[in-house]
Amino acid sequence: MSKIHFAAKLKRQLLFDWIFHKVTWFFTFVVFALLAALIGSLLIGSMPAIKAFGFDFLFSADWNPVTEKFGALVPIVGTLITSIIALSIGIPVSFGIALFLTELSPPWLRRPLGTAIELLAGIPSIIYGMWGLFVFAPLFAQYIQPWLQDTLGQVPGISFLFEGSFMGIGMLTAGIILAIMVIPFIAAVMRDVFEIVPPMLKESAYAFGATTWEVIWYVVLPYTKIGVVGAIMLGLGRALGETMAVTFVIGNAHQLHASLFMPGNSIASALANEFTEADGELYTSALIELGLILFFITFVVLAFSKILLVQLKKREGTAT
Amino acid sequence: MKNQQTLFYSKFIGSHDYQQPTTHESKLKTEMNIIPSQSIAPKVSINDLNFYYNGCQALKSINMNILERKITAFIGPSGCGKSTLLRTFNRMYQLYPSQEARGEIMMDGMNILDKKQDINMLRAKVGMVFQKPTPFPMSIFDNVAFGVKLYESLNRNELEERVEWALQKAALWEEVKDKLNQSGISLSGGQQQRLCIARTIAVKPEVVLLDEPTSALDPISTARIEDLIFTLKEDYTIVIVTHNMQQAARVSDYTAYMYLGELIEFSDTDTIFTKPKQKATEDYISGKFG
Amino acid sequence: MIPIYTRRRIVNAINLTFSILAMVFGLFWLFWILFTLFEKGLGGISIAIFTQMTPAPGSTGGLLNAIVGSLAMVTLATLIGTPVGIMAGTYLAEYGQRGWLAPVTRFINDILLSAPSIVIGLFVYTVYVAKMGHFSGWAGALALSLIVIPVVVRTTEDMLRLIPDSLREAAAALGAPQWKIVTLVTWRASRVGIMTGVLLAIARISGETAPLLFTALNNQFWNADMNQPMANLPVVIFQFAMSPYENWQELAWTGALLITLSVLGLNIAARFFLRKQALVN
Repeated sequence: MSKIHFAAKLKRQLLFDWIFHKVTWFFTFVVFALLAALIGSLLIGSMPAIKAFGFDFLFSADWNPVTEKFGALVPIVGTLITSIIALSIGIPVSFGIALFLTELSPPWLRRPLGTAIELLAGIPSIIYGMWGLFVFAPLFAQYIQPWLQDTLGQVPGISFLFEGSFMGIGMLTAGIILAIMVIPFIAAVMRDVFEIVPPMLKESAYAFGATTWEVIWYVVLPYTKIGVVGAIMLGLGRALGETMAVTFVIGNAHQLHASLFMPGNSIASALANEFTEADGELYTSALIELGLILFFITFVVLAFSKILLVQLKKREGTAT
Repeated sequence: MKNQQTLFYSKFIGSHDYQQPTTHESKLKTEMNIIPSQSIAPKVSINDLNFYYNGCQALKSINMNILERKITAFIGPSGCGKSTLLRTFNRMYQLYPSQEARGEIMMDGMNILDKKQDINMLRAKVGMVFQKPTPFPMSIFDNVAFGVKLYESLNRNELEERVEWALQKAALWEEVKDKLNQSGISLSGGQQQRLCIARTIAVKPEVVLLDEPTSALDPISTARIEDLIFTLKEDYTIVIVTHNMQQAARVSDYTAYMYLGELIEFSDTDTIFTKPKQKATEDYISGKFG
Repeated sequence: MIPIYTRRRIVNAINLTFSILAMVFGLFWLFWILFTLFEKGLGGISIAIFTQMTPAPGSTGGLLNAIVGSLAMVTLATLIGTPVGIMAGTYLAEYGQRGWLAPVTRFINDILLSAPSIVIGLFVYTVYVAKMGHFSGWAGALALSLIVIPVVVRTTEDMLRLIPDSLREAAAALGAPQWKIVTLVTWRASRVGIMTGVLLAIARISGETAPLLFTALNNQFWNADMNQPMANLPVVIFQFAMSPYENWQELAWTGALLITLSVLGLNIAARFFLRKQALVN
């Protein structure tokens, strides 16, 4: 009797096990399906624009809702330029911060400073945008832009980048605000990556009488280069897709300018500004196609970053 | 300065029987635990060295002399302070702010613990090899050239010569001469450790510190490294930390037995392993303890 | 020998100085931004902020509808996203060693984690708002929940993996079935860590603006109907800050201060819990 009872209980447990497994599997599948649905819906949404403009969409600078002529060149260029500015400021600064946090900081300061940098990453992007527009841009126009024009603007070959009036807003401002935003992301990942270097490896470089900088430059950086690139790609992914911080300060003009002082547009800020006001199927569809392009670019960048970081982890497992 | 040093060495190498009186004399010195020989100036002389780690005392009033161009081994159970003692010789502990050494370690007439002593110059004179092979993430050639380039401006030819010389010394040249541009990480464990030794001697240090250099290696690689250490003492003062007593017996001239941060007994290796004076040493050597 | 060494020391000093400056540079923005928020936002904090609706240009008012709308959507998004995230994270940690779904999902999840949030908004617009024909609080909550899910999946998996296998084996050795091991042993052991993930997710969505722009939109009036466009702090801040009206801009700063303080507070709380979890393990 009790044996039968026991067997029944066992059977029930096996059933519960099966259900639990399937339920968790189902929700995992939901996450998986989300990505498929996301790509699918954006594709369907942008079909009218794809049909109307084809590949020309990528290379046309037109953006005219009245004549319904749309091209993605201006926002794509704006997105890339602001991200490049952000990275060229953000990479050295993040590297310096990560170096400070792993090698220079006194141990008691390490955690509070690390937390402060992570908090900087936690501030909502809309705050960066507001602060950029109301606090940073006026100061930028008053002091930094004239100074840039007087210095870098006089260098033959790159002077065209610093032409025009001092408006405060524009591509350069957007790039700088983006830099401030991505610094904590890149710095935090770089710090984590630097910390996986075996202490003994660093000690053996120090044992030669190498300076802190030499240990970082010749040993830590080569050892972690894959991870460092991964960290940078992660920051690039953030910069490319950032909406609010850019929308406030980029100027939102569908024009191509060589000068970084001039307003421009990025994919994300074009979406933020125009999507709710877009009337007409083609206009909406063109905006959705912009979103699709943005997602495609960031997907490639993030996937690349992810692959690099996983590779570094693997090596961490096998190396000494 | 380096040249003078070599001249100084070669004077000694000439007189082969020079070593004899040292060992002989130390055998006579039955009570002297600290200094095997006082007849010649020691390379490193440690006086009343205390070491603190997070407020704990890890070394207690160590006094000992390390003789030039001899192999001195530190043995003792884990946590006895032997590695800590070794790491004071190049002030490696200084990387960690919670660690502090007090006392005196005299080398070439200067106290290396003195804050005024330039730490990088000290480490140029004192090389170190670690428990595990630590090839730098660069080519075999660059691994060996790494330390050299820090101190000397050699042209390409001189640098290549120096690298070959060091790899020959470390008995690795034949195995790697055709793949100097490959990554140091591609070598086997034993080869990596010999690469680390080559890298260390390429700088032509005066003292070489070996911190359990074979603990991560198989017996065959270990034997090769031991042979290598033995040949290196012709030119270098060597200090080796090992938890393998047979290794200490095989390679060293002098052996120090440490326990709980104290130097229990220090004498020539024969004495330590055949007729130790201290009961504690005997217990450890005979395997009753540790 | 000496000139080389001097040069090396100078290079070292320059680069380390640069590193210190970089650190100062990073902290400088944090303090400047926080200072600005307090300077411009603190003055506006009053009872009215929490009791009155968003005003018309030029008249007085508060942020009540926006605060309530934000709270409602964040709560709903958390309620939708957390269970999905925990279940999926559990699958990845406990059953993720075999099959094709786990590695693929892990990869996708990490990409969703950093995907541009405006694209999420676009997605919810095309599959929900466009089909329903109007903006709504539900759509906003849905978009936010899509941001919650990857955060919770990631932390749940990480936290469950921290639990030593010996604990699972000990439970299995007592004859416990797998579902009981997971629910009674590993979930319990890592509950603080999983909660941290949820907190981090809440912190993240509290400040998100982009995905709400085309989903919840905004509403100047009191609205408790999730099926209608809904006011929320981030979008109100966006609209008010971009407006030419001074009283709106003031309200935007006050809202910005509120939102930043709550996001940073949540972040600090999450860190506190994370440390607690680390102590448990």
